[in-house]
Amino acid sequence: MSYKIRLLKDRLSANIFLELSLFSILTVVLIGYGLYYKSSPILQQDTLWHLLSSTEWKPFKNEFGFFSYIIGSLAVTGIAIIIALPLSLLCAIYIAEYAPHRIRQILVPLIDLLSGIPPVVYGVWGVLTIVPYIGDHIAPHFVDYSSGYCALAGGIVLAVMVFPLIVSILLEVFDTVPKELKEASLSLGATEWETTRKVVLKKSVPGIIAATVLGISRAIGETLAVLMVCGNLPMIPHSLFDSVYPLPALIANNYGDMMSIPMYESALMLSALILFVIIFIFNAISRLILYRIENRS
Amino acid sequence: MILATLIIAGSLLMILYTIASKGMQSLTWDIISKVPEGGYYIGKGGGILNAIIGSLYISIGATVLGLVISIPVVLYVNIYAKRNSWLANITRLTFDVLFGIPSIVYGAFGFTIMVYFGLRASLLAGIITVTLLVIPILARAIDEVIRLAPTELSDATYALGATRWETSLIFLRQAIPGIITAILLSFGRAIGDAATVLFTAGYTDSIPTSLGQPTATLPLAIFFQLSSPIEEVQNRAYAAALILTFIVLIISLSAKYFSKKLSKHKI
Repeated sequence: MSYKIRLLKDRLSANIFLELSLFSILTVVLIGYGLYYKSSPILQQDTLWHLLSSTEWKPFKNEFGFFSYIIGSLAVTGIAIIIALPLSLLCAIYIAEYAPHRIRQILVPLIDLLSGIPPVVYGVWGVLTIVPYIGDHIAPHFVDYSSGYCALAGGIVLAVMVFPLIVSILLEVFDTVPKELKEASLSLGATEWETTRKVVLKKSVPGIIAATVLGISRAIGETLAVLMVCGNLPMIPHSLFDSVYPLPALIANNYGDMMSIPMYESALMLSALILFVIIFIFNAISRLILYRIENRS
Repeated sequence: MILATLIIAGSLLMILYTIASKGMQSLTWDIISKVPEGGYYIGKGGGILNAIIGSLYISIGATVLGLVISIPVVLYVNIYAKRNSWLANITRLTFDVLFGIPSIVYGAFGFTIMVYFGLRASLLAGIITVTLLVIPILARAIDEVIRLAPTELSDATYALGATRWETSLIFLRQAIPGIITAILLSFGRAIGDAATVLFTAGYTDSIPTSLGQPTATLPLAIFFQLSSPIEEVQNRAYAAALILTFIVLIISLSAKYFSKKLSKHKI
């Protein structure tokens, strides 16, 4: 083959590949812009602050207040992280520092499998086990009546969903702690637990924060599993056993009706935009933290 | 610590057990092999073949389309651009961030594009939206293997006078196990995702014969049937959930198997 053709191929592919790369970077901008464009009608009608702080949700009267949905999202996400973080942290420490090699080789793929299960299956599991258990056994001790479809159920299902994500990131983070540091600590007479606590954990604080933030952003955007178990009543919950209505569920549940009222569609797109912005910022920050950890090691 | 580990590992087994025990009761051959018949949603005969086929179409379409976009990007970042150049870093960050964007946002965005181009909810719109979802998965997984390939490899090809394009082909050959794993990962994610197709693919009782027709998908079939008040229909949702879980587990297990087996003979 003549060298001219080879060079031509090289240059041609470089151009195409570069354009595709730029295009994929542009996707983020496009998603943000597309959602903003669609939600601008409602932003012109009301101020953002009013939309976020009002609890009035009456699409037919053109009133859209997101406050109860935002609280709903925060509630399930908060519960999920409170459950998932300590458990994942302990589990990751065990796998990284204590578990024998054989057990580690079983556990890591098992946790990977957990991350592959589709959200809707988590939802079915939640409906079949968590919801009735809460409704029949836990809630009666605390409140008069709860159907079981509540914030707590959503939180538990979400916690199980974010376990694998947090654990796998933590394992990577713990791996970057230099072996010499641990050995130095052990040789000074520290016990294994002291070494874990004062060397490994201390060194991994930024990584733990990044893993938590990624867990939060996964939980806050999760749609179907939560929608199936948390009751979907737009109100401010007073206890763990009240129904909540998170933002993603709001979008998913109303997609069919929104075409009839233009402002309704705009409102739903605004909630997608809110999710996008929150998760974009969270993800970018935690990824940058993780890059720094990676480069250090 | 062991307790925490047991809780986490136990929750997986519990999910599998619940889905399997509930699903087995109502899993019949009819469900896998037939499309819904008249009165299916009030408990009469038929199955969810339409959803199974629809899901396969969407996942295959999206994965193929995703590969066409993500492989060139990964090659550009690793071979054409300088190592740790500005563009390469931004691209990686972009994919990492896109990886975290929830599928409902992709769904809403896909819906916006769909309306903009005047498309109806259809197989095509579903495939495009799911492609957006799987591109970051594919790109990250392929990038990971290509980045790990030794620099001596590119030194050697360049020394022999190869162009960047020819070097790319060598690297691609080297990354095949990684690419297969990436394909399986993306397929597994695509087949299980509901929030993206909820807006864009629609739902019908028949198997789509062209890209312009709406299509049913497995996760949505589960979701819709579960919200039915009729017990028989609900039971079918459990069976559908079992089918979906089974497909996804097979995919992730074979991804593990391939990445182990094929990486044995790597340089």
